[in-house]
Amino acid sequence: MRRLEKKHPLAIRWFHWINFPVLFLMIWSGLLIYWANAVYRLGLGRYTLFTFFPDRVFEALGVPYRLAEGMSLHFVFMWFFVINGLVYVVYTVLSGEWRDLVPNRHSFREAIQVVLHDLRLRKIEPPPRKFNGAQQIAYTTVILMGAGSLVTGVAIYKPVQFAWLTALLGGYQWARWEHFWLAAGYVLFFIIHLLQVLRAGWNNFRGMVTGYEVVTVSAPSSSGKPNRSIPEDPTTHDEKTSRTSQRA
Amino acid sequence: MTKKPHEPLSEHDAGVARAMRNKTRRSFLVMGIGAAAGFAGWKWLTTRPEGGDLAPPQRRTLEFNEKLAKSYFNETRMAPTFPPDMAREPRLDGEEGLPAGFDPLTWRLDVVGAGEARTVALQDIKRLPRVNMTTEHKCIEGWSEIVNWTGARLSDFAAAYKLGTRDGTSPDIRDRPRDLVRYVGLETPDGGYYVGMDMPSALHPQTLLCYEMGGEPLSMEHGAPLRLVTAVKYGLKSIKRIGRITFTDERPRDFWAERGYDWYAGL
Repeated sequence: MRRLEKKHPLAIRWFHWINFPVLFLMIWSGLLIYWANAVYRLGLGRYTLFTFFPDRVFEALGVPYRLAEGMSLHFVFMWFFVINGLVYVVYTVLSGEWRDLVPNRHSFREAIQVVLHDLRLRKIEPPPRKFNGAQQIAYTTVILMGAGSLVTGVAIYKPVQFAWLTALLGGYQWARWEHFWLAAGYVLFFIIHLLQVLRAGWNNFRGMVTGYEVVTVSAPSSSGKPNRSIPEDPTTHDEKTSRTSQRA
Repeated sequence: MTKKPHEPLSEHDAGVARAMRNKTRRSFLVMGIGAAAGFAGWKWLTTRPEGGDLAPPQRRTLEFNEKLAKSYFNETRMAPTFPPDMAREPRLDGEEGLPAGFDPLTWRLDVVGAGEARTVALQDIKRLPRVNMTTEHKCIEGWSEIVNWTGARLSDFAAAYKLGTRDGTSPDIRDRPRDLVRYVGLETPDGGYYVGMDMPSALHPQTLLCYEMGGEPLSMEHGAPLRLVTAVKYGLKSIKRIGRITFTDERPRDFWAERGYDWYAGL
């Protein structure tokens, strides 16, 4: 038997889908800015594994000589990014959604198991909770990274007015470096997130748009377990009652 | 979790599928409208006028950011200073307004304020209190260098020559901020490079009329005989080879702001 199960609240879906293009534009405009002083690399001492970025990468993307444009876009969209992020955090706290999102003492062990499963090194399925341990860690870390981008961003945007903050982050150039690597972190997050969404399939993706997932449950047995009562509306099912039996 | 049963859907499951289809249609429609609205907003935001300037909505946002920054700006807040032995010579970046054939010996500074226009010689500026500071010179491109500068505070210059107020008295940003004119404009002798600054930043203690760098008189390429150095703005405001300085209520034109950069450029 199938039924619809509420998964993502409307507010969270809005925050998510607003953040997606906004963060994209922040990274893109950040790249336009970064080009003007593109000094970072992966390497050790004199050995350089990779420079960010080779000229042909910049040229292929059409980045060169767009610093002014990049700065103005960055300082417009920073407002959307920060406000959307702050409202999201306030919402998750007030609504209690944070309980699903914030890792607990079991999350880290579970996250390792999830990663092993996803790498096909372990057969046991992740728990069928809304967010498993790996997701909790990832979705909480990315919010902390957002806070980090805000703080390092302020430190390089107004390094005199917030000189104490810039100093706390190691100085102007260190703050810039930190701001850059946080942006690189979002790109890494996005790649893994995209792969996981592709792997999880249509039902899961549709859940982030509609809020609902179709789940298959076994029909209630004749012995009649008390917790498995059929809801009055057969098509929808509130998350709280439906999930209790799965969590147990 | 979602196994696909091979047997035909039961009546119940068909109802579930129908309900899901309805929700999907509605949600993706809303998402499509949202995406279209977002795209229209993007077009509105990025359609640029003729010339190199910014699109008006972006310019207005930068001006909003400027207002916010000004309301937070405090003239007692200092840029960090460093030991002089950390200083080095900053790289050269841009030659606008610095043509060859300029003679620093015949140079005088044109000053336009509330009263009559006048000219000031370099010796007059050197007679003002001598200030030495080692600060991080921050280019809008993202690099920065620690540089040692010597010069006279622009605020001391304005006080000595009674500039920057509407009634021709010495400026006093703490007790009589309302008497100040709003801006200072500076340009090279040939007018090839020009910057505008808000008055609080111009009167900041770390804004100098600078004549020495690293303990040596300014070289030609670093703006001899007199340049501006300010630690509260990106380097593009630290104009080299000042020819004229104007205290005004009208927002002065600014070379890089005309080319799409933020006019305020405050740090």
